[in-house]
Amino acid sequence: MYLGRVAGCVWATAKDPNLAGLRLLVIQPLTPAGKDTGKRVLCTDCTGAGAGETVYWTRGKEASFPFLPVEVPTDMTVVGIVDSVEIPQAAETVTETPGTATPAGAAGLETAPTAPAPKIQAKTPPRGRKC
Amino acid sequence: MILARVVGSLVATRKDSRLEGKKLLILKPISPDGKDEAGYVISVDTVGAGYRERVIAVAGSSARMAEGCKDLPIDSAIVGIVDDIRLD
Repeated sequence: MYLGRVAGCVWATAKDPNLAGLRLLVIQPLTPAGKDTGKRVLCTDCTGAGAGETVYWTRGKEASFPFLPVEVPTDMTVVGIVDSVEIPQAAETVTETPGTATPAGAAGLETAPTAPAPKIQAKTPPRGRKC
Repeated sequence: MILARVVGSLVATRKDSRLEGKKLLILKPISPDGKDEAGYVISVDTVGAGYRERVIAVAGSSARMAEGCKDLPIDSAIVGIVDDIRLD
């Protein structure tokens, strides 16, 4: 599963009958530190996430499982709304190898700005309006 | 799912018999703000999409859940035609 932010929504009238009534959200993938990374994708939603909210989403056939027994043709679904993200210092040192970190932290976890910081709290924006 | 634009169609005579009668379209993936992205995808059309229309395409085994695509040897299907995209 992946972290993301709700960046918009899509309307479609002509669509698969099993997609009727489902919301389609544009999701911007995020690093655990809350930075944008990668291309925006299109997800169905089973949580009622609103604009600007941090969510997590799943890929593959499993993305249709929340809607069972209806077989919804989707390969990406928002399955949870994130309250907070906690990155312990130890995990950061494991993932950051010297010399490979990108300046913007785009490929992995962001380096903590100061050594004593015990953890990074990725703030979840307030509940946004519904698309 | 991805956003894409229909850029062409594809005809194949010799193919798996289960694909007979299925419309195959060539898609160019696009970003939500309309810019082209890398690569092309061949996709089975289940909603009657046309040339230059923006569509929603589903990939992987979920494509077989699209209407009329059960047990078809496909990994991409068009499941919607985009009316509007709103970015916040």
